[in-house]
Amino acid sequence: MADQPTHIEVDVPEFGGEEKSASERIREFPYWFAALILIAIYAAYIILTKENYREAFEFIYRGIQITIRTSLIAYSLALLLGLLTGLARISKSIILNNIARLYVELIRGIPMLVLIFFIALVGVPAAVEGLNSLGLWLKSFGAEKVGSFLTEFNNQGIPMNVRAIVALSVTYGAFLAEIFRAGIQSIGRGQMEAARSVGMSYAQAMRYIILPQAIRNVLPALGNDFVAMVKDSSLVSVLAVRDITQVARLYAGSTFRFREAYVTLSTMYLTMTVVLSLLVQSFERRLRRHE
Amino acid sequence: MNNREDIIAVNDLHKHFGSVRALNGVSLSVERGKVIVIIGPSGSGKSTLLRCVNHLETPSSGEVWIDGELLTTNQKQLNKVRAEIGMVFQLFNLFPHLTALENVVLAQKVVRQRSKEEAEEVAMRQLVRVGIPEKADVYPGQLSGGQQQRVAIARALAMDPKIMLFDEPTSALDPEMIKEVLDVMLDLAKEGMTMLVVSHEMGFARAAADEIIFMDEGLIVEHTTPHDLFNNPQEERTKLFLSQILQH
Repeated sequence: MADQPTHIEVDVPEFGGEEKSASERIREFPYWFAALILIAIYAAYIILTKENYREAFEFIYRGIQITIRTSLIAYSLALLLGLLTGLARISKSIILNNIARLYVELIRGIPMLVLIFFIALVGVPAAVEGLNSLGLWLKSFGAEKVGSFLTEFNNQGIPMNVRAIVALSVTYGAFLAEIFRAGIQSIGRGQMEAARSVGMSYAQAMRYIILPQAIRNVLPALGNDFVAMVKDSSLVSVLAVRDITQVARLYAGSTFRFREAYVTLSTMYLTMTVVLSLLVQSFERRLRRHE
Repeated sequence: MNNREDIIAVNDLHKHFGSVRALNGVSLSVERGKVIVIIGPSGSGKSTLLRCVNHLETPSSGEVWIDGELLTTNQKQLNKVRAEIGMVFQLFNLFPHLTALENVVLAQKVVRQRSKEEAEEVAMRQLVRVGIPEKADVYPGQLSGGQQQRVAIARALAMDPKIMLFDEPTSALDPEMIKEVLDVMLDLAKEGMTMLVVSHEMGFARAAADEIIFMDEGLIVEHTTPHDLFNNPQEERTKLFLSQILQH
């Protein structure tokens, strides 16, 4: 889940860097990382060479598109929701501030699995009902076009993978809001004062001065949460959305090849998260070098 | 004694931070083109007074008039008035993600709505004026404290302010950099800029100030000419303070 550090830190020994003694090198070598790579290579080898595993992989691979698409769309929406909520959290408006706080605390207080069920099976239908009655109300005022557009929303018509994306976005929006809030608050008060002293409005100061610095500071944290999102996207399988987890379950259930199914599934997640974590890390290093 | 025709008029200003009373009824008026230096022990309210003039701090009570206009809490009005009042901070507060030139350009574009070309031309002119045009494309992190403060002055001047506020502009600088900043401020004073300066640079006060104010415990204790204050202080508190800072 998002609160856990997903960040993989590897100190790859640098050649020609500072001189280190042989014993130091032996002690500091990232054995765990080498082992991780070996496990991945071994698993890939098995998947490629053993018939049963290859069959499982080819079956499960059909879900990869859903996993990637769900993660990307839900994360983009969560970024937007998180930024707005983060801004509301630091706003001086008591109403905005409390709404944002309530949202964040509600989400943080409920297990993600339960939230997925709740948002997809309770939240979305309730929202649809709300839109429907808003449509009827508008119709009664003669706003026929907008009204019928809203009344035409049908709860049954909203597919589960859309609900899954809504559920993940709403959940992660709360996590990202806290990251954005922390990032904004990490910028010294003097920056806002300097911006205001030359006549910028609060919104201009945020846009041109505070946010560019804040977002830069939290990019690594945002990257880590994207990795977490890829893993948590597996939860949408409980809504029967055919991501790799769901497809693997189907495969295991119909063939009784549990080992093949879950070894392959785990390898696929591990490969994605390790590669993404390394990307985040190299990105973070590049940022630091430019400071 | 307050004249609302003056460029700055402050009437019975109070400011409390919780139970701390930073200003206890300050009145002051500043004529156009005058240079006023404010001195006083730390916690005497001099920075708070300065920050109330452009409403970076909202006063608890009292009035601030800028060029005949009474400041309210209306944000639109404040943004407009602040654009006319340059402010220089103790810790420079340059925007670290922008180059020196971009620091000077930004507010001209988004507040004054100047074109990129015009804003850059004005910015370069200001950087020449403060003596560091060659640092235009450098980020603040690579500049010395004195250079950063001069960019900050250029940033304020690029808005064509009617008033410049200086909040201990040299207090965070190494001694060898103080002069380069004071020289820029002296030039400004000679050009007739209205300046309100919180500073303990007595040399600057002697050379440039038309008036000097000694503050203590949120009140103006003495308001006179630098000559009179240094040679003939009237109040015991002023004498004590001067003896402490002029000892060396």
